[in-house]
Amino acid sequence: MTFSVEIKNLDLHFGNVAVLQQLNLDIHEGEFLVLLGSSGCGKSTLLNCIAGLLEVTDGQIFIGGENVTWAEPSERGIDMVFQSYALYPQMTVEGNLTFGLKNAGLPKIEIAERVKRAAGILQIEPLLKRKPAALSGGQRQRVAIGRALVRDVDVFLFDEPLSNLDAKLRADLRVEIKKLHGQLNNTMIYVTHDQIEAMTLADRIAIMKGGKIMQLASPHEIYNRPRNLYVADFIGSPSMNFLNGEISGGNFMVGKLTIPLDGYEFAKGSRQEGKAIIGLRPEHIVTGDNLASAAMRTKVTVELVEPMGSDTLIYATLAGTFIHVRMDGQVQAASGDEIEIGFLPDRASLFDPVSEERL
Amino acid sequence: MSSKRPNQLFRNMPAKVAAIPMVVTALFIFVGGTAWTVVYSFTKSGLLPRLKWVGLDQYERLWGTNRWLVSIENLAIYGICMLVLVFVIGFILAALIDQKIRFENTIRTVILYPYALSFVVTGLVWQWILNPEFGVQGIVRDLGWQSFTFNPLYSPQIAIFGVLIAGLWQGSGLVMVLMLAGLRGIDQEVWKAARVDGIPTWKTYIFIVIPMMRPVFITTLVLVVTGIVKIYDLIVAQTGGGPGIATEVPAKYVYDMMFQAANLGQGFAASTMMLVTVALIIIPWAMLEFGGKRRV
Repeated sequence: MTFSVEIKNLDLHFGNVAVLQQLNLDIHEGEFLVLLGSSGCGKSTLLNCIAGLLEVTDGQIFIGGENVTWAEPSERGIDMVFQSYALYPQMTVEGNLTFGLKNAGLPKIEIAERVKRAAGILQIEPLLKRKPAALSGGQRQRVAIGRALVRDVDVFLFDEPLSNLDAKLRADLRVEIKKLHGQLNNTMIYVTHDQIEAMTLADRIAIMKGGKIMQLASPHEIYNRPRNLYVADFIGSPSMNFLNGEISGGNFMVGKLTIPLDGYEFAKGSRQEGKAIIGLRPEHIVTGDNLASAAMRTKVTVELVEPMGSDTLIYATLAGTFIHVRMDGQVQAASGDEIEIGFLPDRASLFDPVSEERL
Repeated sequence: MSSKRPNQLFRNMPAKVAAIPMVVTALFIFVGGTAWTVVYSFTKSGLLPRLKWVGLDQYERLWGTNRWLVSIENLAIYGICMLVLVFVIGFILAALIDQKIRFENTIRTVILYPYALSFVVTGLVWQWILNPEFGVQGIVRDLGWQSFTFNPLYSPQIAIFGVLIAGLWQGSGLVMVLMLAGLRGIDQEVWKAARVDGIPTWKTYIFIVIPMMRPVFITTLVLVVTGIVKIYDLIVAQTGGGPGIATEVPAKYVYDMMFQAANLGQGFAASTMMLVTVALIIIPWAMLEFGGKRRV
């Protein structure tokens, strides 16, 4: 199996600060990989290293099977789309698309063909003669993507490309980027701090923290089987509920509650005992008609209600911990009501309280 | 609340009141003074202004005076060289400082420092540095190179370049600081994009960064050009116009005519010519820049 991008034992230090530590990452041909993490986790730094805009301290980077660790950005077969678009403001859209190609000495006919193709794909033909200042944010970002398209490279790098746009436009362009990926089938590496973007776009997500990859898996896997407490807490909005307790005899004990763990798949295959943290997503605590499927039920008092239209969030205290529960949007509830909730242990996650790893 | 639209005259009253002194100054001193000077340049005013018309006599005399012609020539040489070199040096210094170097603040301060000096001080300092006996030439000869010659201020053909060196020394720092501010205003991602596009650094500067710095360039241009046109004190302090009349400049001609030769009419004619020259440069440029098509 050949990889499009391989990163081997990558280290990057700024002075004494290690920004990336012994990082390994293999990206398949045609894969859409999202690097996700909070600010300062090293995700943009990693992307800049792949692009060749930062010199690595140690380790190797392969693109298309070639060692490009010390190659210039333009020789790596990559192109990058930036958050601030980084268009050349004094040139027209066409000038922006062709400047790099002209500089590389490509024949005029070839350039014209590539621009035509890119403009067609991105539907920016009417904008070609305009300057970036006369474009909206979404149009500018499209031109920036066009600049990557005309270079005809194997790997596209996106550095938070949608963060400067408003919510509506962001959702629209997100879909377009996904379509573009389906159309071109290039390898794409996409940096974001927005988990919705990550979940919707990615074939695989790499969640980063402190210069390390915490988990690299499909969005489904990351959401449902987070490998550690950090990932579990980071992904999902509202975030997962965590209860501190103990596993004993196939049950999870917290306060006076006993949650049977039948159906839970332990990471190591066999059942574990001892102190643990259980993580329950708000939608995996069921109410109403779904209670029948729950392995265990209990009653809580509603403290706060947040109706969001499609669903309603309920805040309550369970075994001394503040939890949120996602209910159907059609349910009417008011604070002070007593409601019955149930747990789905096969959907839960158990973590070791010391190592914070999944049990 | 009154439903009537308030009198437009009284809108933003404090701002209007505050602007009055400047408006008055501008009208009386600049416009009035200029008009008065132009009018009196057609008279035979000597020590005192007198409305005795002589038509274009003063101008004929002016353009027949060798000293004035030398002054114009000097200003042209000094101006063009200064303009080109101060921008080139200032920009290169700024680009070098922009490479994330150490001690940036110190270096920036050192280079900007000459600008804090008066032209009189600069002139004297460079008069000494360029002095053949005590300055650069003297030092190099003392080191053993007896045939070394470097005394621009004492050879009429190149004396103006001796002044130019002093002017550059003083002016480059300001240009550098302005350019540096402009460079810092460039989005780092544009640099990255250019690198990914495979555009060499010098091309990025010329085709992308410098066009983006246009507003800074215009500000700097205005500052530098006004400095060039009004050059006077540097000449007085450094060469006194000499050797002979080798480093005379128009502003000095005007001053000398008006206050030393007691020939106001001639001074007025010369200053009017300076005004016309500046206007000939500024007006077409301003029309290109601000007139014509409105940019969206």
